[in-house]
Amino acid sequence: MQRPNPTSPILPAAANLSRSPRPASSIFDSERWLGSLLIGPAVLYIVLLVGVPFFMALYYSVSDTTTGGQTLRFVGLRNFANVIGTPKFQTALKNTFVFALLSQTVILLLSNALALVLQNDFRGKRLIRFLILLPWVAPISIGTIAWLWIFDSTYSVLNWTLRMIGAIHGQGFMWLGVPHLAMGSIIAVHAWRQLPLATVILLAGLSSIPKDIHDAASVDGAGFWRHYFQVTLPLILPISLVVLLFGLVFTFTDMIIIYNLTRGGPYDTTQVLASLAFYTGIAGGDLAEGAAISLFLFPLLLAVALAFLRLARRTEVT
Amino acid sequence: MATVETRGIKKYYGDVLAVNGIDLLTQDGEFLVLLGPSGCGKTTLLRMIAGFETPSEGELLIGGEVVNDLPPRARKIAMVFQSYALYPHMTVYKNIAFPLKAQRVAKSAIPQKVEWAASLFGIGHLLQRKPRELSGGERQRVALARALVREPSVFLLDEPLSNLDAQLRASARDELQQFQRRIGTTTIYVTHDQVEAMGLGDRVVVMKAGTVRQIGTPQVIYHEPADTFVARFVGSPPMNLVQHRDYILGFRPEHFLPKGSQNGAAKPVPFSFRVTRVEYLGADRLLYGTLPGAFADQKVISRLPSTVTVNIEPEKTYDFTVDEKELKFFDGTTELRISARPV
Repeated sequence: MQRPNPTSPILPAAANLSRSPRPASSIFDSERWLGSLLIGPAVLYIVLLVGVPFFMALYYSVSDTTTGGQTLRFVGLRNFANVIGTPKFQTALKNTFVFALLSQTVILLLSNALALVLQNDFRGKRLIRFLILLPWVAPISIGTIAWLWIFDSTYSVLNWTLRMIGAIHGQGFMWLGVPHLAMGSIIAVHAWRQLPLATVILLAGLSSIPKDIHDAASVDGAGFWRHYFQVTLPLILPISLVVLLFGLVFTFTDMIIIYNLTRGGPYDTTQVLASLAFYTGIAGGDLAEGAAISLFLFPLLLAVALAFLRLARRTEVT
Repeated sequence: MATVETRGIKKYYGDVLAVNGIDLLTQDGEFLVLLGPSGCGKTTLLRMIAGFETPSEGELLIGGEVVNDLPPRARKIAMVFQSYALYPHMTVYKNIAFPLKAQRVAKSAIPQKVEWAASLFGIGHLLQRKPRELSGGERQRVALARALVREPSVFLLDEPLSNLDAQLRASARDELQQFQRRIGTTTIYVTHDQVEAMGLGDRVVVMKAGTVRQIGTPQVIYHEPADTFVARFVGSPPMNLVQHRDYILGFRPEHFLPKGSQNGAAKPVPFSFRVTRVEYLGADRLLYGTLPGAFADQKVISRLPSTVTVNIEPEKTYDFTVDEKELKFFDGTTELRISARPV
């Protein structure tokens, strides 16, 4: 191999290059092809795992299909009409809203308080932050199985604690077996599950407020509540709405906590639309009605999602 | 009205000593400027006076009362921040009204006070705007109006002009001083800009590395610097400092003039000056060069006003003089000011 001569003129080198040309248009040079190639897997993933099932559900909801049957006839809106009239559906609809609104309220209040505390510097802050993030990174099934034990009718650690501090005597509460307690329990677990993400998002919002603004408020004479409600809260309001909308969509469509803890019981008092759709369509075999149930809230969720996107764009600008 | 006093104030951040034992006493209604390079502790000192930081040692008194443990809102102070720190979600009106509401001023009295403060700074027409719709100069006025509206007993300003462009800064400086004279509130003003400090302050506190190097009127700071740091930090170009025997000799560039052009010099002291570069600045000429001979070619600068028309060319040596009373002497090791020596 010949060593390149540093004093050699530029021309022969250039001629040398042109003699062994690289492929004129490699796929990596073309923005169009490379772009398509890179985004392809994501599009494929969404089309196959979200798009296809969604349109299948759309069609199932207006058909008479079942898990066991061969038929797939168009029946119009009959499934919706059948489902909406049943007390089971109406209970689930009501439960869905109770579950979503109450849990989001709890989450917003707690995450605000937590973010305010975590914003300050104190010893062990990193450990606390890590512990708070833990429910979000731990697999949800494992988390809920632990909760199942916490709420167990015989071995409940909650009852044991209450008994130890003398708050109750004897048997203790059937956390998942009494209607209101069961709803309270799943709201608590759901809040535990979503709290970390909400807190982290709010923390980011809080840290984007310049320190001078807080200093100005304190020198201007604002006490804690005035400072919080008139300065801090309005400034993190846009990002709080993001947290709320995200949480709402997530809550309306999720059933894993309910599935693991109560299976919708007792007496359907914790049954929500997502779990009802599962029990009707998959466990009960009536795919058509299940699809109809699961699609019932779709217009509402679509509106929430659009609002979310608009808001996200607006907060980006300011 | 109130005075601010610090007694042996120290502030540690971990092992770092940011403010090292500062004793200050403002006079009532005084405009006091804290001047120093960045990191000298001037802002930390101001933030301790405001109550955002707690002194590690020492006492802080406002109006004769120890306020070490009082929160900012109980100190009857107002502060203007470098960033202005306007509440971005509130209109100008609400920004100015905020301190009044926070101090539970009667609701009926608020509109009148807001309008009074706004008219003082000529921002009455902006009251319904949001801060983001204002220019830098307008924001600064809103910040001043918000600070002033509840008539604080002490006014703290942290580099409030540094975000304005040069032209606006000059006029804002003028307005700020006039306004302070009119309301007569004790004012502490932090800056690293010596022009601002000299132009605004009744007295200037020159700080370095957490300590006070000198406190005095701008005249005293400029003409009688306490040490070489002050001599070098104040004035542009800075004072010429040359090592000579066991002391340091200092003289201002504008006192270092060609022989014969010093009218009324009581006793001109001669130097020979080798010019290396001439900078023409319109009103002045700056001559860069060295002092040959006994001063071993140390670098000095001369500043000739345009009234001195002597022709000066680079690479030539000229006879220059400094009036004896303009020569300052500093100790060679401590760099502190010492009494006059024979040159």
